Formats: sequence, C-alpha cells, structure tokens
Amino acid sequence: MSGASGSDASAGTTIREALDNDAVLVLGLLLAIYVGFYLLGATLGFQSNGIANSLRRVTFLTAVYAMVVLALNLQWGYTGLFNIGVAGFMAVGVYTMAMATAAPDARVPGLGLPLWVGVVLGMLAAALVGLIAALPALRLRADYLAITTIAFSEIIRFTYLSSTFQSFTVAGTQLGTGGGSGIGIAHTPDDVVIALLIENPIGAVLYAPIENLLTGWGIVPNVVRGWVYAVALLVGVLAFYWLLSRIAHSPFGRVLKAIREDEDVAQALGKDTRAFKIKAFMVGCALMGLVGILWQGSLGFVNPNSFLPQVTFFIWIALIIGGAGSNTGSVLGGALFAGLLFEGPRYVANVVDQSFQLGSAPSTIAGGVGPLFAGDPIPLVAYTLANIAPLRLVLVGVVLIVLMHRRPEGLLGHRKETAASIDLGRPTRDGSASAGADSIPVGDRDTGGEGR
Amino acid sequence: MGIADSASRGRELLRDQPIVLVATVVVAALVLDLVRRVLAGDVTTSNVVVLVWRGVVNGLVIGLAGIGLSMTYSILNFANFAHGDYITSGAFAGWATTWVIAGLGAADLGSLLLVGAGGNVFSSDLGTSIVTTPGAILAGLLISGVGAVVLALVIDRLVYRPLRGEDGITLLIASIGVAFALRYLLVFVFTTGVRSVAVTPPSFRFSILGVGMGFGYHEVTLLVCALALMAAVHLLLQRTKLGKAMRAMSDNEDLARITGIPTERVIRWTWILGAGLAGVAGYLLILESGTIAYNRGWILLLFIFAAVIMGGIGSVYGAILGGLIIGLTDTLSQVWLPSEFTQAAAFALMILILLYRPEGLFAGRTTA
Repeated sequence: MSGASGSDASAGTTIREALDNDAVLVLGLLLAIYVGFYLLGATLGFQSNGIANSLRRVTFLTAVYAMVVLALNLQWGYTGLFNIGVAGFMAVGVYTMAMATAAPDARVPGLGLPLWVGVVLGMLAAALVGLIAALPALRLRADYLAITTIAFSEIIRFTYLSSTFQSFTVAGTQLGTGGGSGIGIAHTPDDVVIALLIENPIGAVLYAPIENLLTGWGIVPNVVRGWVYAVALLVGVLAFYWLLSRIAHSPFGRVLKAIREDEDVAQALGKDTRAFKIKAFMVGCALMGLVGILWQGSLGFVNPNSFLPQVTFFIWIALIIGGAGSNTGSVLGGALFAGLLFEGPRYVANVVDQSFQLGSAPSTIAGGVGPLFAGDPIPLVAYTLANIAPLRLVLVGVVLIVLMHRRPEGLLGHRKETAASIDLGRPTRDGSASAGADSIPVGDRDTGGEGR
Repeated sequence: MGIADSASRGRELLRDQPIVLVATVVVAALVLDLVRRVLAGDVTTSNVVVLVWRGVVNGLVIGLAGIGLSMTYSILNFANFAHGDYITSGAFAGWATTWVIAGLGAADLGSLLLVGAGGNVFSSDLGTSIVTTPGAILAGLLISGVGAVVLALVIDRLVYRPLRGEDGITLLIASIGVAFALRYLLVFVFTTGVRSVAVTPPSFRFSILGVGMGFGYHEVTLLVCALALMAAVHLLLQRTKLGKAMRAMSDNEDLARITGIPTERVIRWTWILGAGLAGVAGYLLILESGTIAYNRGWILLLFIFAAVIMGGIGSVYGAILGGLIIGLTDTLSQVWLPSEFTQAAAFALMILILLYRPEGLFAGRTTA
C-alpha cells in the first residue's frame, strides 16, 4: 500500500486514493481468480457452461461471504466482540423471512407477506435476538462470550429443528418452522431481484443481447440469470462496504475502536460502553440476518442444518484471512476464502476427474493404499479426488493454523484503524506525517507486547 | 447457634449471593415437582431411575473428558476447541485396535483398521463386547488413551508450542483450525458413515423395593473405568509434585518459572493427562452407545465446556461435578421439556452460570 500522501493533501483525496487502490486490489483479485478458473478449465477441456456456472458460484459465494464478513468485522474487528454464533443469527433472519412470506395454505403455513416486509422483519428479528444474546453476555471475557454465542446459536438451531414448533398457532394464525424437514421460501430474493432487473422495459432491452451472446457460447439461460443475481449481490457488497465504512469513520465508530483497544479508558472518557457494544452487536446481527436471507433464502428452501457451527467458522476464517479491523480486508478475505479454499479444490477435482479417466474410485482408503504397495498410485488419487470435500476442510484448518503462526493479523490487519480522528503516525523525516494506513496503530503495539 | 445468628447469616447470603438462593429455590421446586409427578403417576419411578442412571453415565464421560479441557484451559490459558476431536481420534484409534484383535483372520486387515468403513465387516460378525471379547476391549481402551496422547503431543509441538505466550484468542482460533483438520482427516480416512462397533450384551435386571432396574454391562464398565481414572488423577495430583507444579503454573506462570518449575515439562504432562483421559472417555462413550461417528467428540464438546465452566476452570473435581450436573440436566429435563430441548436446557444452564457465577461453582478451590 503506497497510498501515502503529504500532510497538505486534503482528507478527501486521501480517502479517494485509498479507495481507488482498494478497488483495484479487490477487482484484481476477483479477476485473477476468474482467470485461474478459466485457464484451468479451458486447458483441460472443461465445457464453457460448466466454467461459467463455477464462476457464477464463486461470484455468489464471494459476495455473500464478503457481506457477512463485513458484518462480523463490525463486531470483532471494530468493537472486539468475539461472536461465534453468526450462523444462528443468519438462521433467525432467513427463518423469520420465510415464515412471514410463506403462503397461508403452503405445506408450512406462513403469513403471506411480500418479500420486502419479510426482509425487514428478518433483520429486526435478528437484531432482537442479538440484543437478547448481547444484553447479559457483553459483561463476559472474550472467550466466555465466544462459548456463550456458540451455545446460543446451537439453541437457535435446536429450536428450528424441534417438532414442537413445526407448526403452531399464534392468535388464530397458523405458523410453522417446518422442523427438521425445513421450510420452503415463497419469494426467493434471487427471483425477485432478477425480475426487478430484467423484467422492465429498460432492463429487458439491455439484457436480451447479453443473454443472446452468452447462450451463443453454449451457456444455459438459467446460468445467465444466476449471474445477474451474483452481480447484483456484488453491488450489495458495495452497499455494505459503504455503510460499514461510514459507521467506522463516524464518531460512533471511533468509540467502538476505543472499546476494542481499552474499554476502561473509553469508560473513563464518559462513554457508555455497554450501550455502544449492544448497538454495534445489534447492527451486526441485523446485517447477518440480511445476508442469511440473500444467501440461504436464494436456495428456495432452508433447513436448520444449513446453520451448523462450521458455517460460523468458515466466516471467521474468511475474516482472519483478510485481517480483522479492515473493511477492504473483509472483502478480500471473503473472495479468497470462497474462491480458493471453498470452491477451488472442488473445481479442480471436478475438472481433473472429467479430463482424466481414472476409473471408479475405491470406496475406502484401504482400497487406495493397497495398490500403492504394488506401485499403482491411481486408485489413491481417484479416492482423494472423490473425497475432496473433507480434504478441503482439512486445508481450511491448516490455513487457519499457518495464519495464526505467520500472520495472525491477516492480510490487511496492519490497516486496523486507530481510535482517533487524527493521524497518530510519527512525522517522517521530510516533515510529512506517514499515512494512517501505513503506520503501526497504537493498539497493535499494545497487543503485540502482551506475550510473556 | 441462636436463631438471630442464622437469620443474619441468611440475610448475608441473600445480600451477597442472591443467585445462589434463587438457584437453590429453583432446584428445590423442580425436585418437589418431580416427587409430585411420581406420586401422581405421571412419571414412573423406574423411568426416573433410568433417566438418573443415564445422566450419571453421560455425566461421567463428560467429566472424564472435561478434566483435560479444564487443565489445558487453566495452565495454557486458552479454550481448546480441538478437545472434542482428540476424543474422537482416541476413540477411532482404540476401536481400530479392538477390531483388529477381535477380528484378525475373520476379515481383511484394511476393513478392520478402518472400523468397517467399506461396509464389508460388521460388529455383529465380530461380536465385540466386554462380555465376549474383554481382552480386545481392554487393549482398545489402552490404545485410545495412548493414541490421543501421541496426537496431542505432536499437535502441541507443531501448533501450540510456537504460539506459547500469545493471547488466548490467538490460541483459540488456532485450536479451531486443529479441530477442522483433525475431524476431516478422520472423515477422509474413516468416511462419514455412522456404524455400529460393539454388540450390546443383555443387561442384568433386578428389582429393589419393587422398582425394576436394568444396568448394561457396558454402562457399568464405563462407570468403573471412569471412577478408577478419576481416583488415579486425584492421587496423582495430590501426592506428586506434578500436581503442585500445575497449581503453581495455573496461578502464575512467570512466578512458577522463577521458582524453578520446569514449565515446558509441566505443559507436556498436562497434555499427556488431558489427552489420555479424553481418548479413554471417547472410547468408553462409543462402547456405551455402540456406534461410532466422526463428529461424536465435536458434538460432546459444548457439553464439556459447559461442565468445565460450571465447575470452575482449572478444578478437576469441578469438571467431574459439572459433568454430572450437565449429564443429569440433559436427561432429567426430559421430564419437563420435549426431548429436542434437553441439549438446549444444558446449554442454557451453562449460559446462566457464565452470567451469574463466571468463576464456576468450585471457584477458588482449584486443585489442579
């Protein structure tokens, strides 16, 4: 990051310059992932529809991960609240939306409200549950808060899983969660967004030639429509980024950073830190509820087991890769996790499996190791490719460990913002203060010296 | 002691620890309600006995596994999220041993080592149980502990030792990474299939005061092993210098080092004890339930955290007592709640303890 500028430059240009660079950074990374996927698929003769669909998945996952990581960054990166119950808050958002929008005569009856009302209700419910979790829990140490939030998220999952609430009646209205068999979503956000974008006079005129061009390359119309939603979600990432940067740079955000660095000091300065923490926690939870709707809601069907604790850990890993405390880092972490760690191994296994005839994979690892002694590694390779799903999670774990060893602050963690409205960096020799982005934040020095 | 005296003590208790009073009242109300239900015939006595027995058995597994988590939490200062996967790894190591010993010659080695992953060998073929193949079970029990110890020492060397002195959150996040890597390596090798590994022998039944009771041989095995190990840990920590060194380290690591306590050696012993107990607990858990799966330990982990926090981090007796409380909460809450909510009840109890008595029930009485 060479975004250093002279002290005489106005703040406006500094921000714009940094944003320009960040935009280049994020877009460059996305482009690199696309090119990597395309080259691998194309050289090994993977069909273009398959490549397009994989890239759509990468884009979709990048967008939803970036959004939820941004929300988590507000809680952990800015305020220092160690929330590992993210999956539970997402579940509350999407379940409330599903229950509010389902038709009254559906298998799992609902209120039959329009999608936007459902989204608002979902976010409010997630914020409310966040309040219930936060009110008492914020008194706790970080590791206790972690255990409390994960227990909370499991209690939420058990509640949606239970047959007691499969269907119930409130004030004469039939409602239900569907229990273990899940709940259908009447108006999926992707259908609504796609219809909104391409089924109006201007949209239709713009969309028709794009669709024609892409279907000409052998891409199925459904995949093209999926791309429209994925791109719309990328715009959503921009909106999240804007909102969270506004929060972070507001006086409110400065108090949050101060709480992260030293809550006692913030209290001594007369800030009601409890209220600030609760507000930040609730805003983060509401945004997590929204992402739950945009992500799981777009699959047309939700089931409590989409919200296992490992979902939370995936989001955490994305945040840690990018670097807690930096919004750009959150977006980068989301893209790296979704593209390289989550979709990448599966895509590679898929492509390799289609390109090389390895024969059917043995059903157990013994069937792969046995021929190894006879000098035949192919069955083991085939077994590995067929079981890439668990191996990819091993990779996730190893990356997490290596990050903690080599770079616990993440890729952009050095950009953690200071809890000050002015630059705290020492002036450099030529008289200009070094840019805030490059200086070592005061807080980092503190936490770095804690080791005994 | 005069009446005024006890009255003032009661007032003091009310003022100092209102939560203890509330908890006592709630527990008393629940016990009275249970008695009422039994008398009214809503719940049969033998039903209550079954629930209590299952609660104690589950609680002992949780407590046994919790001792290790409690020790690493207090001595290394971090919540080890990989502890559940040490349990599962130990269980797989132990059961692979049991199967190889019980089934060698009857089935091929690969299937036995993978505990029947391919679906070629089944527990009914081998007839593994404490009654029919006690040698194989005992060998498995031993290897489950040894395997978990080796694993924990290797992981400590590779992952945790370079992070010594980092703050708890860094280590916690690293342990989540270890948990992921371990669990899905187990999936890669043993597959996700849930399978039966032991045959449950018919339980022995008898009746006391007209109440029929049945105890399974495997449950009794678990009870005996768990109590013996707990007694052994108690003696080890009370009678040897290791226990004293551990207490000193959990109190103040720097001071312990200055006094000449070899802190690294104490840490190694902490892992050996903790992981060994976790592996054995995993083996016993599988023996009692009869089926093995890659996520058994992970599912148990939150219960273990609940038990450790309830008992007070660092306290061995607290972990055991907490395990029993959590186990009993999980089973006895079925009397009042739909069965899907028993886990939620145990977690809710943990959250309440964290909020009102974060130092745990055995606070200030850390014994190791």
